[in-house]
Amino acid sequence: MSTTLIRAERPLFEGADWEFGTIQRCHDEIEKIALQEMGLDVYTNQIEIIGTEQMLDAYSSIGMPLFYKHWSFGKHFSRNEAMYRAGMQGLAYEIVINSNPCISYIMEENTAMMQTLVIAHAAFGHNHFFKNNYLFQQWTDANGILDYLEFAKDYIMSCEERYGEAAVERLLDAAHALMSHAVHKFPRKRPADLRSEEKRERERREHDEKVFNDLWRTVPGKDNARHDPTAEERRRALLELPQENILYFMEKTAPRLAPWQREILRIVRIIAQYFYPQSQTKVMNEGCATYTHYTIMNRLHEKGLLTDGAMVEFLSSHTNVVFQPEFDDRRYSGINPYALGFAMMQDIERICTLPTAEDRQWFPHIAGCNDHMNVLRDVWANYRDESFILQYLSPKLVRHFGLFHVMDDADEPNLRVEAIHDERGYRKIKQALAKHYDVSWTSADIQVVDVNLAGNRRLILHHRALNRVLLEEKDARLVLQHLADLWGYDVVMKEIDPGTDAVLKEHAASPRPGIVQIEPA
Amino acid sequence: MHIVDRRLNPSGKNLANRQRFMRRAKSQIRKAVHESSASRSIKDADQGGEVVLPAQGVHEPSFRRSSTGGVRDHLLPGNKEYIAGDTIQRPPSGGGGSGSEGSPDGEGEDDFRFALSRDEFVDLFLEDLELPDLAKRRVVNAEALVYHRAGYSVSGSPANLALNRTVRNSLSRRIALHRPKPEELQALRDEIEALDGPDDEARRVSLEEELLRKQRRTGVIPYIDPLDVRYRRFEAHPKPVAQAVMFCLMDVSGSMTEHMKDLAKRFYVLLYIFLKRRYKNVDVVFIRHTHQASEVDEETFFNSPETGGTVVSTALEEMQRVIDERYSPDNWNIYAAQASDGDNTASDNDKTAALLTKVILPACQYYAYLEVGRDSEHFPPGFIRRDSDLWQTYSTIIRGGAPMAMRKVGHRRDIYPVFRELFAKKTGAEAAAE
Repeated sequence: MSTTLIRAERPLFEGADWEFGTIQRCHDEIEKIALQEMGLDVYTNQIEIIGTEQMLDAYSSIGMPLFYKHWSFGKHFSRNEAMYRAGMQGLAYEIVINSNPCISYIMEENTAMMQTLVIAHAAFGHNHFFKNNYLFQQWTDANGILDYLEFAKDYIMSCEERYGEAAVERLLDAAHALMSHAVHKFPRKRPADLRSEEKRERERREHDEKVFNDLWRTVPGKDNARHDPTAEERRRALLELPQENILYFMEKTAPRLAPWQREILRIVRIIAQYFYPQSQTKVMNEGCATYTHYTIMNRLHEKGLLTDGAMVEFLSSHTNVVFQPEFDDRRYSGINPYALGFAMMQDIERICTLPTAEDRQWFPHIAGCNDHMNVLRDVWANYRDESFILQYLSPKLVRHFGLFHVMDDADEPNLRVEAIHDERGYRKIKQALAKHYDVSWTSADIQVVDVNLAGNRRLILHHRALNRVLLEEKDARLVLQHLADLWGYDVVMKEIDPGTDAVLKEHAASPRPGIVQIEPA
Repeated sequence: MHIVDRRLNPSGKNLANRQRFMRRAKSQIRKAVHESSASRSIKDADQGGEVVLPAQGVHEPSFRRSSTGGVRDHLLPGNKEYIAGDTIQRPPSGGGGSGSEGSPDGEGEDDFRFALSRDEFVDLFLEDLELPDLAKRRVVNAEALVYHRAGYSVSGSPANLALNRTVRNSLSRRIALHRPKPEELQALRDEIEALDGPDDEARRVSLEEELLRKQRRTGVIPYIDPLDVRYRRFEAHPKPVAQAVMFCLMDVSGSMTEHMKDLAKRFYVLLYIFLKRRYKNVDVVFIRHTHQASEVDEETFFNSPETGGTVVSTALEEMQRVIDERYSPDNWNIYAAQASDGDNTASDNDKTAALLTKVILPACQYYAYLEVGRDSEHFPPGFIRRDSDLWQTYSTIIRGGAPMAMRKVGHRRDIYPVFRELFAKKTGAEAAAE
């Protein structure tokens, strides 16, 4: 970027107080930097100023401005409120929603500097990421989400009026329990329309005609009396088995659910699907937003729009956010996505502008290209955490964080250090860390594998226990019970060692009356 | 960009969710409320505040991978001394550096704490309870005066002057008596001025006469006459007394163990909260007794040890003295709760009974006697336990239909059921009959 250092006449604000004019001015200045200098591409911003209670409200409904009613939201509200009152927990400075226009909630208690920071962070950083990342483009509909939530809220409320709060609550309890396994991880095959079906059929016929040879008829065939191998497969294909989206399977297949119950299951799973990209892009999303606010705040200061005092306040807050305690620190609680994300973004900038020999060897395609914003925009658009780390975690950062990889096999007496930040370890550490952000690795792999619709209608699920890590037993039983209640018949889950296909454990549940009518056994 | 100020949006958006949650966890919250009441002082027992629920009841399950077993790997920052191939002693379960890695997004099984408002707290505490019927009657009879507006009067204090009514009276009187208006006088004066020719002399004289007459009339008929003045009138209405005093009587002689005192305290707490809900002002009087009784403060009442014999009538005498001095039964609803292990000097029983029936009970709305026993007191079935002196004495009084109830309590968990029994709806009469 061209650093035309035209010092501003006076800073955007002085002191901690702000008013709507301040926010407007800050937003406009930030917008200039974000769009012109950084080349970000954002949804129109809508900045909403809220108080403490509203922030707690937003907390309990996963940040969404409107949501259907359920006791669990009350529970989270009560807990957050108690913790906040007791001073055990601070509140976030902002919440940003992946919608168009992009809504950012900012707290009224924030200082003027904090509001500037928050606007740069959420209204531009996160906003750009939401609009451009492929996962969000593929899985979420930013234009429609608020309308859909409005519909969901009204629909569930009308169900409560018609069928009673208790019935709806039982259904939602069951649906929420299965919410973690209510997403399609891959885009599904769309059923072909008539025209393409006809075209395929024609091509197939032409092919048959082309290769037709009457001789084949005379070749003695195998015994045709053996049982048709396709019957079983056809049945399973019709039910789209195996199916890892359990709520989807319930919605489409559960024999005894009423239409309104299917609709509510659909609402819950659509909301789960909407949030699915967020869980896969924590590091990148925060990295993108943090990098954006850091760049913008520094530019504002350079331009003389931020006072030195505000800059020091910013740096202190920024440093807290990107702090990564070491593993033997009492404060350590996993890898801080802000720290890792921000460090990686900055590292990419460094590789682009001031590469070392090592960088040229590891990242030949970007090292020294001198256009880091272009690289970053491309990264933000086309990666998720797992692939991003696999691709861009540089040896320098592995050394910087002092990352090491520990193996913990329950059958061995000791933990073993597999790799450290050295020449032999970089690749291993990169792969292992990337795996930690791979949802198919971190969340349990549970699939509906079979159901006997002709007989006792028993539903069979498999949990492929990766690395022989079983499910939390108490929870699994409770969820399975919910599943049986939805299904209306017995449900069995087998935990299977994917290496040997041995059954490690089996859980079973029989339905309770409440959600659907249960036939007496 | 738009800026929207949402701060003025109606608050309490989450109230419905909170209520659902409370309903869901009601039995647990109720239990937590009762348990938390134990650790509070009597007077701030109903302040609401934090309660702790076990995590289990409001748990939201999900399929999660277990945090133990199998092969797992950790990636940790901040390596200092390890090199590849090192082995590390397995840290005690959950502790050490790799502890929190184990459960991704795992919500711990911590207890769930949240705050109840005062009303929520008390509501849960005292669901389905009410004061015995008898008490209500007394509440209605006992009178205090309260003033209501009741029309107008011709006399009263200037502060109560009814300005509107007064001016209205004045206006109608002036119209009725044809008091000249200032405009009429002015018009006359203007007309006189306007006449200057000599031929208008006759007209001027008549006008001047009329002006004079009107001026005289204005002087005679006052703008506001004492007759017009009205005052707002207030009437005194009798109003039920909304104050109560609660007497806590307790035997603190050597035979009362800490455990028994704890039971008694719990009972007093319940009673205090209950009364507090009914009455605006609740005074609490603590009277402890051995072979002599004295009024003390709460701290001393529960905590300072005392030795001596046991003469219950002394406490009743002390209570009588306090009532005479400060709490006239005409103005106060008097409740008394007595806790004792049931011992009394044999010679004192008759005196106690007499005091109670003749003096104390007539003044009281309700008298509850709580006999606290040892935690470990177990009686094999068929074994008939000898009733204590006090129990026997009081039984005869209750049989006479006095507003009194008594219960035995041996364990903390019994306190609340017993209290509910005493004040449960519609069973007041039976409770007294026992």
